[in-house]
Amino acid sequence: MIQFVLKRLGTTIPTFIGVSIITFLFIRLIPGDPILLMAGERGMSDERHAKLLAQFGYDQPLWQQYWDYLSGMLRGDLGISFRTKRPVWDEFFALFPATLELSLCAIIFAVFIGIPSGIVAAIYRGKWPDQLLMSTALIGYSMPIFWWALLLIIFFSGTLGWTPVSGRISLMYFFPSGTGFMLIDAWQSGQAGAFKSAVQHLILPTVVLGTIPLAVIARQTRSAMLEVLSEDYIRTARAKGLSPFRINGLHALRNALIPVVTVIGLSVGTLLAGAILTETIFSWPGIGKWMVESIRARDYPVVQGGLMLIAAMVMFVNLFVDLLYGLINPKIRKS
Amino acid sequence: MALLDVNNLTVEFKTSQGQFRAVDSIDISVDANDVLAIVGESGSGKSVSMLAVMGLLPWTATVTADQMLFNGIDLTTLTAKQRRNIVGKDMSMIFQEPMSSLNPCFTVGFQLREALKAHLPLSRSARKIRAIELLEMVGIPEPLKRLSAFPHQLSGGMNQRVMIAMAIACKPKLLIADEPTTALDVTIQAQILELLLELNQQHDMALVLITHDMGVVAETAARVSVQYAGQKVEEQSVEDLFAAPRHPYTHALLAALPERATGKLLPSIPGVVPGQFDRPTGCLFSPRCQFADARCLADAPLASPDDSTSVRCHYPLSNSASVA
Repeated sequence: MIQFVLKRLGTTIPTFIGVSIITFLFIRLIPGDPILLMAGERGMSDERHAKLLAQFGYDQPLWQQYWDYLSGMLRGDLGISFRTKRPVWDEFFALFPATLELSLCAIIFAVFIGIPSGIVAAIYRGKWPDQLLMSTALIGYSMPIFWWALLLIIFFSGTLGWTPVSGRISLMYFFPSGTGFMLIDAWQSGQAGAFKSAVQHLILPTVVLGTIPLAVIARQTRSAMLEVLSEDYIRTARAKGLSPFRINGLHALRNALIPVVTVIGLSVGTLLAGAILTETIFSWPGIGKWMVESIRARDYPVVQGGLMLIAAMVMFVNLFVDLLYGLINPKIRKS
Repeated sequence: MALLDVNNLTVEFKTSQGQFRAVDSIDISVDANDVLAIVGESGSGKSVSMLAVMGLLPWTATVTADQMLFNGIDLTTLTAKQRRNIVGKDMSMIFQEPMSSLNPCFTVGFQLREALKAHLPLSRSARKIRAIELLEMVGIPEPLKRLSAFPHQLSGGMNQRVMIAMAIACKPKLLIADEPTTALDVTIQAQILELLLELNQQHDMALVLITHDMGVVAETAARVSVQYAGQKVEEQSVEDLFAAPRHPYTHALLAALPERATGKLLPSIPGVVPGQFDRPTGCLFSPRCQFADARCLADAPLASPDDSTSVRCHYPLSNSASVA
């Protein structure tokens, strides 16, 4: 097991180098000079421009710049943001908990509705529950996220007034951010109503962000279950006189989980990388919004460092998924 | 009274081209402690008829029967839940592919204890003791260690033993073995058959053996039922069947056994089993039968129970004919 983890970690090194080269080159391929953008509409003299370029090291040849960036990263120094003058590292970890909290809630929402829906659809294949669930899933999958978000806001926030429109918690509450997770911090603050407010703020973004993963998980669960349900060992389970609940929920589901866990892992990866639209619509202070603003400002250190950290998170999730395979199906552990 | 008494069992499958009749008015009767072999080519409906008795057919199948009595209980009138109380307890089944018949995600011990838990009021520790006892009974060495093994860690023969242990866990009155040795090595085949017969004799358990291997039939069964294209064409005691087959199909099957071949060429039955669309109007075997005449092609023969033998043929072979 430990050997497997080490081996698997070893394969991430080339991936990291690849990601670092791509992010380094791509941000420089986008037209636009970060120094001029910083200066804004006033512009600046050529002398000052050259001086600033030299100060940030952008007058060096590309390979030299890449080397500085890489060696900095190995020392744990991701650079300093042009815009805020704060270390990239600090900025990332100030914002990341918000994204993580939202992503986890969205994926939990998607898993807890998606998997049972897929199972039910597979059991009633071709009949009305299957058709209803799968066409709903298809609608969920093909709906533009911003439109879906606006519909929900109009109905639940506007007409019914049940949920707030944006942010992570009502402005009435103030407490120091301990863990960075609003639900935990609000709970620990002990202030009356704080936790409820945090939950209310989380509901709509969770539903919006979780909709597409939910649809994907439901469809994947259905097709995996259909395949498994025709296996010999399901017939054996039925020949033992087991209840349908046990057959479908234990014998079949455990075998069907491999492809489902794969799509869950991939979804978590994309959610962590920034739910840009959702974060923008709900003014959620997460890394998706942060990355978009940084790209717009050609904030090289933030884009490079932020992407590296996001890549690390995605790779970590994938490693975790690989380990999960072996736990779900011991046959995979062997090969 | 027979332990299992099925009259006029018919199974039809819904296909995209209409109904397909896989089993055509078959009678099955198994006494307590009996060993019945059901033989026939692939597609003769032998597995399907027993899966119908177990209630394991997919939802595309329609099962009808005049009577389906097991141990005095009419299986056709039971609810799904009542049926589950019988299946796996008093009546159980093992299958052709032991490697794929066990769930790869769970240990052998888990799957064995689960069979016990579903039907018997045993405590956790009692289930474990019984599971070890069962593995010992089916001849698995180091049973305690094997309990925590996964199916892929065991050989095909071992897995089939585990399947048998699972099937006999609740001391069933009837065990249906659906080609239990087809996927196994010849040496293992003999061991598994021996084990099944031993259980049949020592534990008062009737055995239905589905096979296409006449050698297996000769070694194990007391009675043989021969199926062709979903119909039962003949049923006899094993000695009589091998000595004097009455249906031309049985006769041809036996003649095709390599052990009985005299010439250089192995005798074979020309043609194939009729499918969904080329079913003859008369006797289903008539296109392949060397004795068929105009009557055989026009009228379907009925099963005629005469003394201990029932034959579905207009011109059953007499003793002299089978020798010729």
